[in-house]
Amino acid sequence: MAKQSDQVHAPLGGPIFTPMFFGLGLLVLVAGFFLFNRFFFGLASVTNLSDGYPWGIWIAIDLVVGTALGCAGYAIALLVYILNRGEYHPLVRPALLASLFGYALGGAAVMIDLGRYWQGYNMFLPWLSQYNSVMLETALCIAAYITVLMIEFSPVFLERLGMKNVRRKLDRVLFIFIGLGILLPTMHQSSMGTILVILGHQLSALWQTQLLPLLFLSSALFMGFAIVVFEAVLSSVGFRRPMEAYILNKLSTVMAWLLLGYLVLRLGDLIFRGDIVLAFDLGVDAVMFWIETVLHVIALVLLWPRKERASPQRMFVAASTMLAAGTVYRINCYLIGYHPGDGWSYFPTVGEIMVTVGIFSLEVMLYLIFVKKLPVLHTVERAYIEEHAAEARDQGSAPVGHAT
Amino acid sequence: MRTGPHGTRDVDDVDRIGDLDSYRGALGGLTRRDFLKYCTGIAATLGLAPEFGVRIANAATSGQRPSVIWISAQECTGCTEGLLRSYHPTLETLILDQISLDYHETLCAGAGHQAEAFREQAVEENWGSFLLVVDGAIPTKDDGIYCQIAGKTVLETVLRLAEGAGAILAMGSCAAWGGIPSSDPNPTGATAVHEILTDKTVVNIPGCPPNPYNFLSTVLHFVTFGALPALDSKNRPRFAYGRLIHENCERRPHFDAGRFAREFGDEGHRQGWCLYYLGCKGPETWANCPAIGFNDGGEGSWPVGTGHPCFGCTEQGVGFTKSIHSLAKLETVTPPTAFPRVEEEQGGAGTAAVALASGIVGAAVGAGAVLATRLGKHGPTPEQPPEGSS
Amino acid sequence: MQLNRRAFLKFAAVDGAVGAAAGGTALAAAETASAQGLQRDARAMPDDAVGLLYDSTLCIGCRACQAACKQVNGMPVDIPEVYEDWNADGTWDTAVDLSGDTLTVIQVYQHGTMAVKDRAEDGYAFVKRQCMHCTDASCISVCPVSAMTKDPVSGVVSHHPDRCIGCRYCVLACPFGVPRYEYDDPFGQIQKCQLCTNVEGQDIPACADVCPTGATLYGRTKDLQDEAERRLGMTAGEKHWFPRGALGDDRAPHEAPAAQYLNDVYGEEILGGTQCRMVSGVPFESLGYPEDVPDYSYASITEGIQHTLYKYFIAPAVLLAGLVYFAYKNARGHRPEEWD
Repeated sequence: MAKQSDQVHAPLGGPIFTPMFFGLGLLVLVAGFFLFNRFFFGLASVTNLSDGYPWGIWIAIDLVVGTALGCAGYAIALLVYILNRGEYHPLVRPALLASLFGYALGGAAVMIDLGRYWQGYNMFLPWLSQYNSVMLETALCIAAYITVLMIEFSPVFLERLGMKNVRRKLDRVLFIFIGLGILLPTMHQSSMGTILVILGHQLSALWQTQLLPLLFLSSALFMGFAIVVFEAVLSSVGFRRPMEAYILNKLSTVMAWLLLGYLVLRLGDLIFRGDIVLAFDLGVDAVMFWIETVLHVIALVLLWPRKERASPQRMFVAASTMLAAGTVYRINCYLIGYHPGDGWSYFPTVGEIMVTVGIFSLEVMLYLIFVKKLPVLHTVERAYIEEHAAEARDQGSAPVGHAT
Repeated sequence: MRTGPHGTRDVDDVDRIGDLDSYRGALGGLTRRDFLKYCTGIAATLGLAPEFGVRIANAATSGQRPSVIWISAQECTGCTEGLLRSYHPTLETLILDQISLDYHETLCAGAGHQAEAFREQAVEENWGSFLLVVDGAIPTKDDGIYCQIAGKTVLETVLRLAEGAGAILAMGSCAAWGGIPSSDPNPTGATAVHEILTDKTVVNIPGCPPNPYNFLSTVLHFVTFGALPALDSKNRPRFAYGRLIHENCERRPHFDAGRFAREFGDEGHRQGWCLYYLGCKGPETWANCPAIGFNDGGEGSWPVGTGHPCFGCTEQGVGFTKSIHSLAKLETVTPPTAFPRVEEEQGGAGTAAVALASGIVGAAVGAGAVLATRLGKHGPTPEQPPEGSS
Repeated sequence: MQLNRRAFLKFAAVDGAVGAAAGGTALAAAETASAQGLQRDARAMPDDAVGLLYDSTLCIGCRACQAACKQVNGMPVDIPEVYEDWNADGTWDTAVDLSGDTLTVIQVYQHGTMAVKDRAEDGYAFVKRQCMHCTDASCISVCPVSAMTKDPVSGVVSHHPDRCIGCRYCVLACPFGVPRYEYDDPFGQIQKCQLCTNVEGQDIPACADVCPTGATLYGRTKDLQDEAERRLGMTAGEKHWFPRGALGDDRAPHEAPAAQYLNDVYGEEILGGTQCRMVSGVPFESLGYPEDVPDYSYASITEGIQHTLYKYFIAPAVLLAGLVYFAYKNARGHRPEEWD
């Protein structure tokens, strides 16, 4: 295996308080307003949650999709440390950072959504633990994973603070946390599928299957890879860095196979059970099923290994499609396919949407601060940046940060 | 001539009433105004517009009072007692001025052969037009020997008089459907009037006793319009028996709210809650008691009003048949639309939220497209792997 | 450069190992066409389990159960927005469904002209909702903090708000839509019927206590099943006596002609069985009770999957060991020299 000694991380630098930062901050404030209402006047004052749909987008998107987007760290760690593909190493830190935010804010969304949040700690009291609960396993797992992510990411702080000694010591045991950092998402990402198994007939047979854990796991994996590509492209454009196109291109092959495996499993299961016929019953379920499936297929076609190298454009579109596909799948499983009985309907309120937007905005804000102030991204030749910046000036492109 | 809000004429409009004032004696001590009120009340009971009160008044004072022959069979005289105690108007007004009660065993001035002879005379004079009223059930067993007047079975009398009657009224539950005498084991073969006169229309006015106004109103309808009021499938005047007691009951809101008296004298009973649990037969009994009360006893004066469950006296198969505390079968006339359906619409989407969500999805797709376009300018991917990779 | 064959196979193997922990067994189960491949054993109902028998044909829709339930549980009348114009001051309880303020509710099934009670075509029928007290309840299975418990003797499913974290997984998972949350309260809690075991001085559930016709009857589930079967054996139109309140108590029964029953007792087998049972003249499905569902509980499937994957934590431990080994082996190679 080749040495990776040339790869050193460094803060990106640059101003924190860009117009984009303030724009995102505004969205966070708006979310704060709705959260105030939620905590002082109850969930009903902000959300459309009902006894038919007790879980809304705060769970389906903020948590279930959010943590899947946070699987970047999981996917890359699996690739780099377990499959020993050292060439992906430059992607590890940004991926870990994305994971940390994805999970921490997903966890925060849960705390917002919890009706009796002040008793939330009961989850950690062993004498109250109910070991049959998939939710308990998932929640403890996510909590543990957030801790592991913080430890995995802590070298970044230690480097910044110059605590080389601690950093070295941590380094010797880090492999344990790396192992945990792969085990835990494997457990809870699959459990997020298992959570739905108990819904039985309440979840449309288009989505209800005992394979849900496997489907959620594989979907989390390819979403994790997709977010790595997505992020790499965004930061290369946003921060005017050279694109790790070579790496990304290789990644796409992994993703393609993974996606193919997922699709075979997903559709094979549907056909095997015979419930594929439901996809031809015109209705919201069928339409959403086809949107989901077509997005997956498009992503697969875009990613499919070919002789000529995929352009960054194609990579980006493929990764975005994949993210969209995984997102739609998760929303379908958690909201669209769920039928609590006729008469009930759910669509998020403006408040719910704005809280979700606020959480994602906060994620982007924190990401920008971290990469600018901490050694997250790996260093690149100064010359490239300057050359690229000059080029951008000539073309009159938008300033740094706007592209995101 | 003034016209009321619904095109009805004011009751005080006396244009067509004729010489009412000269008829003073016939008003039975009522003032002209009170008499008109009474007639209007009758019209209201019949479900007619107030203007018909005037027509009823005209008919009642026309001087051609209908001849009424009242035959009593197996009965307790309760129906007569009920009639005696009506005072809107008083009985004498009724029998002296509004109808010509030519034969009534309890009320006849004469007795014995005299009364029988008078009846025969009246029947003969009014053959084809007199009103035959029967109260009490007709015994049919053993050729009807269990009830005889003047040596003739009542069965025979009724059959004969029915031939010449202009209309036949079965007064009270016994006459209308058998009542107490027909209760199991029915030793006399007591039978309802309409079951004997199968080829005639018999107007049933069930009740034990029936409210005299239901009787009077039917009579005056016949007198005024020359025809019987609209009848239901059991030949009861619709105006009086068209609704379930349960529908108009003053305690109905308690039923709807699920509040029941469970025992006589308990908290619910004292609170005036629904008496269904105590065996009230209101839900399967068709009568207008909640609206006009029981036998002119005054407003709100009827069994349920005083805290006793309805007994179902007007209803065949209920009164005298079902045990007092057994529960009524709920007959629902109107479909139960006041209940939540099994699938009630709950939740929904706000327009602003839909717009916002669409906007976000649109913006994401748009931003992605813009970015993808810009990436297109990046040119081909470097062929060589970066240093340090295999 | 593509992933070479070896690398890909390796990837596939590891992914397979990871996947196997989560779903490999599930896949195997599905492919042997056995939906219950991973199912754990069914739970047995306690011998003295209690419940309610609801007879839709006896119900007159008076909602005394609803009123009494609210009274003993101290709950306010429910006034949905649609009824605000005529019931603003709350004279009536106009609950449309179970909610944080309503533990039992009477609803109506309507079809066509709604002329005849207990008839599916052009008829109507009443239906009562309350907790069915499942033998193997989903709400208990899903609750992470043991806030839903089942009494080992009576089998009553109770809720403990002092434990509850308000995640509402029980609301989501209950196949009968029973647990409800108080969304309009910043400190809301889950509400559900507990057969009045939570109410002081209420020997039998208030709904059964007040039901005038015995449409809601309380008793041991086994006795209720016998009673239900007795009713199914009745000839329609024949007069019969129907017990009121609790089976075996001394109050006078109600005499009524038997209705035309469907030959099925709801709750006997469905979803692992429920302690509350139901008989009716119209299909239960149209009364809003799921019929096209398995006889085993959903909890037995989920718990089967979970306990297979996480039995004694062997699979995760083995997986972790493997992962740590690879991480140890490979991470060294990636460590920047400057730190060594």
